[in-house]
Amino acid sequence: MQWLMQPWPWWLSGILIGLTVPLLYLLAGKAFGISTSLQEIGALCSPHSKLDYFAKFDRKANLWTIVFAIGIAIGAFVATHFLSADPKPFLPASMESVSGAIKLLVGGFLIGFGTRYAGGCTSGHSITGISNLNWPSLLATVCFFAGGLAVTWGLGGWLF
Amino acid sequence: METTDTIDPQPPEQAEPAEQAKPATSPAAYLMVLLMGVYLGLLFSKSEVAHWQRIHDMFLFREAHMYLIIVTAIVVAMFSMQVIKRFQIRSIEGKPIKYSPKPYHTGVVIGGMLFGAGWAITGACPGPIYAQIGGGQPMALFTLVGALLGMFSYAALKPKLPH
Repeated sequence: MQWLMQPWPWWLSGILIGLTVPLLYLLAGKAFGISTSLQEIGALCSPHSKLDYFAKFDRKANLWTIVFAIGIAIGAFVATHFLSADPKPFLPASMESVSGAIKLLVGGFLIGFGTRYAGGCTSGHSITGISNLNWPSLLATVCFFAGGLAVTWGLGGWLF
Repeated sequence: METTDTIDPQPPEQAEPAEQAKPATSPAAYLMVLLMGVYLGLLFSKSEVAHWQRIHDMFLFREAHMYLIIVTAIVVAMFSMQVIKRFQIRSIEGKPIKYSPKPYHTGVVIGGMLFGAGWAITGACPGPIYAQIGGGQPMALFTLVGALLGMFSYAALKPKLPH
């Protein structure tokens, strides 16, 4: 069982992550997607907002997205503390600085704004959407990579 | 300005037929959601898709790890959905399983590219943000705060953005 404590191979990871889509449908009747949890947090934080984005949002029907997010945090906690022989830090040491915090804040802003504008992220569009043959999700995924590649290759020397 | 937003590309939820109306989530379903979250958080960590270096190496084409995981996950999910459709499998609570397509609009392209940029900078997409925080990376709280600010900005700007 020594391998369990090491990083898992791509094929095992890919298969098990892919199974999230049918498992979440079968066990809970929910479509796999994570970025809606951001909107749910926003809607819960602003119960009297006049913005349609919150006012017309069904807080109760989407409450599960927050439970899901909490589960993800618990799972990662378990992985780090009980299932890793030598846990690697998620972020490079250079991020533990004021400039790192600014980068994470700005990058995070792009994640929040971008996923909500696009209507989904890597889970809702790339995995759930493409596997259900939804062509706008394929286009979204191409755009995710276009944006990521542009920043990495265009601003990489300056940013990283 | 808040009352002028009448053009919405998505039909309102109420337009669905009565039997398709969103049922309340049962306590058992919430428990399943929590367990599936734990499962996924474990996977995000053990597969290292929540690690900045893996995302960086993916965008630099230095290694195939991330691409192989994403493609495998899509293939497995696609096959599973075909089986579910073919045999009309229902959820354990007996509800029909039906995917609601996400529609095309300008935001898919613009928002998609902005998100991709954020993914490359932070090394996280929304799921891994929660995984990084739970896995003991406090700096990821900055990513989460940024993401919430981005979400609030989108909420405020939505009526003015092309959709």
